[in-house]
Amino acid sequence: MYVAVKGGERAIANAHAWLAEERRGDTDVADLSVTQIREQLKLAVDRVMAEGSLYDPDLAALAIKQSRGDLIEAIFLIRAYRTTLPRFGASEPVSTGEMACDRRISATFKDLPGGQVLGPTFDYTHRLLDFKLAADGEVPEAPSRDVAPGDVPHVTEFLNREGLIEEAPAEDTTPPDLTREPLEMPASRALRLQALTRADEGFTLGLAYSTQRGYGRNHAFVGELRIGMVPVEMEIPELGFAIEIGEITLTECETVNQFKGSKTEPPQFTRGYGLVFGQSERKSISMALVDRALRWEELGEDNVGAPAQDAEFVLYHADNIQATGFLEHIKLPHYVDFQSELELVRKLRREAGADQVPEAAE
Amino acid sequence: MTDQDYNFAYLDEQTKRMIRRAILKGLAIPGYQVPFASREMPMPYGWGTGGVQVSAAVLTPEDTFKVIDQGADDTTNAVSIRSFFQRTAGVTTTTKTSDASVIQTRHRIPEEALTEDQILVYQVPIPEPLRFLEPRESETRKMHSLEEYGLMHVKLYEDISRHGHIATSYAYPVKVEGRYVMDPSPIPKFDNPKLGDMAAIQLFGAGREQRIYALPPYTQVVSLDFEDHPFEASKADHPCGLCGAEESYLDEVIVDDAGGRMFVCSDTDYCDARQAAGYKGKDAA
Amino acid sequence: MQAETLSGGFANPAVQSAHAFRSVMEAMARPGTLQDIAGAEPPAPLSKAAGSVLLTLCDTDTPVYLAGDADCDAVRAWLAFHTGAPLTGPSHCMFAVGTWEALNPLSVYPVGTSEYPDRSATLIVECEALTQSGATLSGPGIKTNAALSLPSVQAFQQNRALFPLGLDFILTSGSQLAALPRTTEVS
Repeated sequence: MYVAVKGGERAIANAHAWLAEERRGDTDVADLSVTQIREQLKLAVDRVMAEGSLYDPDLAALAIKQSRGDLIEAIFLIRAYRTTLPRFGASEPVSTGEMACDRRISATFKDLPGGQVLGPTFDYTHRLLDFKLAADGEVPEAPSRDVAPGDVPHVTEFLNREGLIEEAPAEDTTPPDLTREPLEMPASRALRLQALTRADEGFTLGLAYSTQRGYGRNHAFVGELRIGMVPVEMEIPELGFAIEIGEITLTECETVNQFKGSKTEPPQFTRGYGLVFGQSERKSISMALVDRALRWEELGEDNVGAPAQDAEFVLYHADNIQATGFLEHIKLPHYVDFQSELELVRKLRREAGADQVPEAAE
Repeated sequence: MTDQDYNFAYLDEQTKRMIRRAILKGLAIPGYQVPFASREMPMPYGWGTGGVQVSAAVLTPEDTFKVIDQGADDTTNAVSIRSFFQRTAGVTTTTKTSDASVIQTRHRIPEEALTEDQILVYQVPIPEPLRFLEPRESETRKMHSLEEYGLMHVKLYEDISRHGHIATSYAYPVKVEGRYVMDPSPIPKFDNPKLGDMAAIQLFGAGREQRIYALPPYTQVVSLDFEDHPFEASKADHPCGLCGAEESYLDEVIVDDAGGRMFVCSDTDYCDARQAAGYKGKDAA
Repeated sequence: MQAETLSGGFANPAVQSAHAFRSVMEAMARPGTLQDIAGAEPPAPLSKAAGSVLLTLCDTDTPVYLAGDADCDAVRAWLAFHTGAPLTGPSHCMFAVGTWEALNPLSVYPVGTSEYPDRSATLIVECEALTQSGATLSGPGIKTNAALSLPSVQAFQQNRALFPLGLDFILTSGSQLAALPRTTEVS
């Protein structure tokens, strides 16, 4: 006799309990604190903030703990929390020219005012496993020196003064908000950049890499890459002026790209732009390359059919929360649809005279 | 008992207003997909976020809510969504179709005819019926605006020339009031005839794709077909093994290691009610 | 600020707007039916029904056009306080409210575009009375026929001819409302 499956509710509760136990792991090992994650897994925290579109290191660290280190799951937790938050207003645009830079490098000039600052980078580390870390995490203090405070000019400004790079005039129009309005094509650059800054790092990296290998190549140089803190200001209506409400760490990448010029424009360099929450060089450089590739139309270039040039393709597939949800939903029951396909295939086979069930092999 | 940390039915009021405006435009333009700024929900995209947002915008505390997935109330995702609204909206829930005022569904329309006092909310994965023929939103939007549905007919006709039949068995496209071609969500085509002239309001929510659309009651809905190949609603040619129903949509269940099969109603409430009324199928205890 | 401005909103917005929306939705889904709606106590000349519709559907994202007598200081202040909706002229509004005479001519309201027919105005028409008699209605949402007291027949026929473009109407009187989407055939 057949009894239909029941008990979904209990199965779910049990699965949740087991998950909680697995997340905790061996209870003889000390529980990992949110502060430890925030301080010692900072780049993971930064990625969760960037793709979660919410700047809060403590919440990001909590999400990483809760998600057992699955960063896309952590990003999902942050996104779902973010949508429930009321909006008090919008900040003034941040000025990255006022950044207190921890790192600032240019690949296009050997030296520049303010100098090349390597900062805390993996770049020249030899990727040798450091077994000392397994035993003892203590490190000596790094040397430091005082830096005179002041604005740090952008490298592309030096090119701009000579008219060698396209102008990027300041604009006062309020950009559309990807999280409050449905995405509509064609998307403006402001909207594309919003989508890219929260886009999946791996997807963005792959697309950017494809442009380097010839799928929409645009000859990018890293004009400048800078990482550091910028103040965030917001105008308070009751006060009538803007006040600083905090500081955030940003990574900004400006690429200098080749451009042949057209009938109306003399040859000049063009720009790609990447700006990401936290310290995330890979993401910001990738973003700048993809941004530049998506600009083919406004720069009068040919569409060579490269994936990175296709705004619909890029923007509709860059979000890892959308992608992972839809991808993983195919593990939900689909037996009703499958049944209808079964019936159809059986019918078609019957009509094709192929309905004989093959004999089992002896 | 509702969860006090969140607003009634989870969504904030501004979001609900935005969704409600989209629902009204959807009802005013039957079958047309209204773009809406879908929010990230605490369940994954693809798992009913569109349906959940529509339900959240529609529910009142007095509603009785039912959730089905594949026709069943006790599939895990149905259980999960039902408990979400129990928690956030404090609504009464039910598994009984006739007791529900709002029914959220994935992939089925209940067997029992719905009434004017009910609302059916569909979860939709890909709302664009033309998407698999033309992946670009900018193009499909143009095709809808020009009523240019030739591509769809070509696809269906190619099926006929290759297989002798239209090879679409679920998410079978329909034309609404002679104007918009609409995806009825991945319901089996067996359910298509119930879409038209239904007494209940039908609302469709696609969260990831940011679209809402609707069918007012008593709306003309026609499954696309050809004169020489008329649309045919089909199901497994068996009675239900448990309740003996001849007219209900059936699931095929593998019952032993030798591949033995039986067929049972996919609509669990319908099947339970029939069994309670004394109907018996050949496999019933 | 007048006390009238601050009062008359939804005391329990989540629940009251949920009920009010269901009335509006039922009306839009079933043209010709009369629905009760309550919750708002707007300043004159707005009816309770029109006020409740505005509170339920309008906010900072929805430009509203106040037509005729509805465009008075009391209504302006009340709407601003409770919804934050920006006021605008008829050609850019998402919602308009007023009597039939004040709202006319209809040709100035956005009717949507062929790619986005949803980007059209919804007109809240304040009526002396609403009865299920007068013009005959048919179309989506109506089983066979329905009847509704309409301020005009020809105007709605012309609007129907624009389908899938067109305006949608919510008719209000006292604490009742009815609706007429662009799909309804009127005779």
